[in-house]
Amino acid sequence: MTSVASALQLRRDNGTGSLIGYLPAGFPTLDESVDAAVAIAENGVNVIELGLPYSDPVMDGPVIQQATQKALANGFRLKHGFDAVRAITAQVDVPVLLMTYWNPVVQYGVDRFADDLAAAGGAGLITPDLIPDEAEPWLNASERTGLDRVFLAAPSSTRARLQQAVDSSRGFVYAVSTMGITGARTDVDSAAKSLVARLREVGAQNACVGLGISTADQVREVLEYADGAIVGSALVKALATGGIDSVASVARELSRGTRAPN
Amino acid sequence: MALRDETGPYFGEFGGRFVPESLIAALDELSEAWELAKLDPAFSAELTELHKTYTGRPSLITEVPRFAAHGGGARMILKREDLNHTGSHKINNVLGQALLTKRIGKTRVIAETGAGQHGVATATAAALFGLDCVIYMGEVDTERQALNVARMRLLGAEVVAVKTGSRTLKDAINDAMRDWVTNVDSTNYIFGTVAGPHPFPAMVRDLQKIIGEEAREQVLALTGKLPDAVAACVGGGSNAIGIFHAFLDDADVALYGFEAAGEGAETLRHAATITKGRPGVLHGARSYLLQDEDGQTIESHSISAGLDYPGVGPEHAWLADLGRATYRPVTDAAAMSALRLLSRTEGIIPAIESAHALAGALELGKELGKDATILINLSGRGDKDMETAGRYFDLIDSGAEQS
Ligand SMILES: Cc1ncc(COP(=O)(O)O)c(C=O)c1O
Repeated sequence: MTSVASALQLRRDNGTGSLIGYLPAGFPTLDESVDAAVAIAENGVNVIELGLPYSDPVMDGPVIQQATQKALANGFRLKHGFDAVRAITAQVDVPVLLMTYWNPVVQYGVDRFADDLAAAGGAGLITPDLIPDEAEPWLNASERTGLDRVFLAAPSSTRARLQQAVDSSRGFVYAVSTMGITGARTDVDSAAKSLVARLREVGAQNACVGLGISTADQVREVLEYADGAIVGSALVKALATGGIDSVASVARELSRGTRAPN
Repeated sequence: MALRDETGPYFGEFGGRFVPESLIAALDELSEAWELAKLDPAFSAELTELHKTYTGRPSLITEVPRFAAHGGGARMILKREDLNHTGSHKINNVLGQALLTKRIGKTRVIAETGAGQHGVATATAAALFGLDCVIYMGEVDTERQALNVARMRLLGAEVVAVKTGSRTLKDAINDAMRDWVTNVDSTNYIFGTVAGPHPFPAMVRDLQKIIGEEAREQVLALTGKLPDAVAACVGGGSNAIGIFHAFLDDADVALYGFEAAGEGAETLRHAATITKGRPGVLHGARSYLLQDEDGQTIESHSISAGLDYPGVGPEHAWLADLGRATYRPVTDAAAMSALRLLSRTEGIIPAIESAHALAGALELGKELGKDATILINLSGRGDKDMETAGRYFDLIDSGAEQS
């Protein structure tokens, strides 16, 4: 079992689900992004999703766009992403997945990217604009290196496409909670629950829900049917406005949603 | 297989669908609707009727000897897409996609626009068919094409000024994609060029190929033979593929695409994607693009908003690699000088985009000599560009030039 799958399994064995936290590499600076990731891991986040800043992030809402554009303006380079993975995994025992748009991987070289990520101690990739249909080089590289590959499933996906997402993914399948982009929402769409049920029907072991989750109550609600709840914008916003202490306390608060209410 | 028969999703190693899973169902729906519409005589009849009674097709060809005298004396013939209703070739594509929108039962359309011509065409079709319409336009472009912003608003569309990234066409596409992912149930994305994920490159090409089909017949009727060369400007590449397509399998007809070289293809400020870029993935397709070593898109620069785009359609990438079409850079200065030349020698004010094709053709004429015939796609008219031209040539303030 890969590190992500076993982290999810361990939580399940303890009768609870996982909290997955997204932060962008290089924001506000490279060092602080490492410190922030370590801080959320020490405050209840079970899997880290580290975003690689990209010039044209079509799946991201304003909060994450602003953070990643700032990272790029500060001189973020792809190689810094591997440095960050190495620095985070040296300090905390939490799997780190990179979230990246596809062109940077293509330009770096898919095999070289996989090798460098594995060498840095990374767990795998979440690829928001790569569908399995176009992913052959990455399927091969991840097979060879043992890295996880997380593909997305959407409420609009057909059963055949859900099947393909489940069969192609390793680690977990990323269930997009709602039709939309990243950003906090007041309600987690009911579409998420039926999507996860449909993913289970086609054999999904691990299905984690993301997009729009920003409170402990929403985490709890999602974990009633999913293996993990993915939080992004709420953490990034905390980091942007209140720094490391603030992102740590938001993570701690969110992680209350992984435990039964008392 | 004939080059003209290529239907995507791939053009050689280019094209495909590099988009979030959330959009796949909508792209499949569009592909399917388009395949059915193509075979449906009722659809073609409706589109043909609109071309005839609304757009004003077939568009004319005009021979321009006084202009051609400055290009080695080669015979030059313009395909007059500037005379279409709304002022450019963009309407050809939009009417087809608007009819398709009705067929799939959606009530809201969105579009990106650079020069504003695609936005105006989309707002026009939305008014005609009673659809809600939102246009995404980079903030820089809303300023340099302010007239078109007013036209879109007058037509009832909402214009959103996009303030992210380079604040031009590339970023307008990003925001339109974000809107589409969020509102895909009610909304159809009317894409303006032959880039983007499948089916857009093939579908927009199919809707624009009428330009070349008409022009091929018209030039044959006028000159008794096919042209030696066909020239067009290339932003995303829709007017270029539109005029190239009918000639793709005529091996003796040379095809030339002219990209915006801004301040010079050798400088950092240009939009010469095929000339200076390399293959990668942007906006849903694999094609040439301007990018740094890490695959971050490099911002493009051109005086022409419609050509100010760091990507290009996958079919052009394929034609370039095959050597079937040749892509060359044309600077701001050369384009502006061709714009003035056509205005003064022929009484036709071209769009700055189209002026890139004119400038390219002047050079081509000198190379091919006076026995050659060059067909040039005049993709749009210059009304929208009077601010820019006025400032460039110092025509507007009190000391205005009068030569
Ligand atoms: C008149 C005109 N020509 C050309 C273009 C460039 O687009 P394409 O390369 O898709 O024809 C535009 C785009 O706005 C335009 O308005």
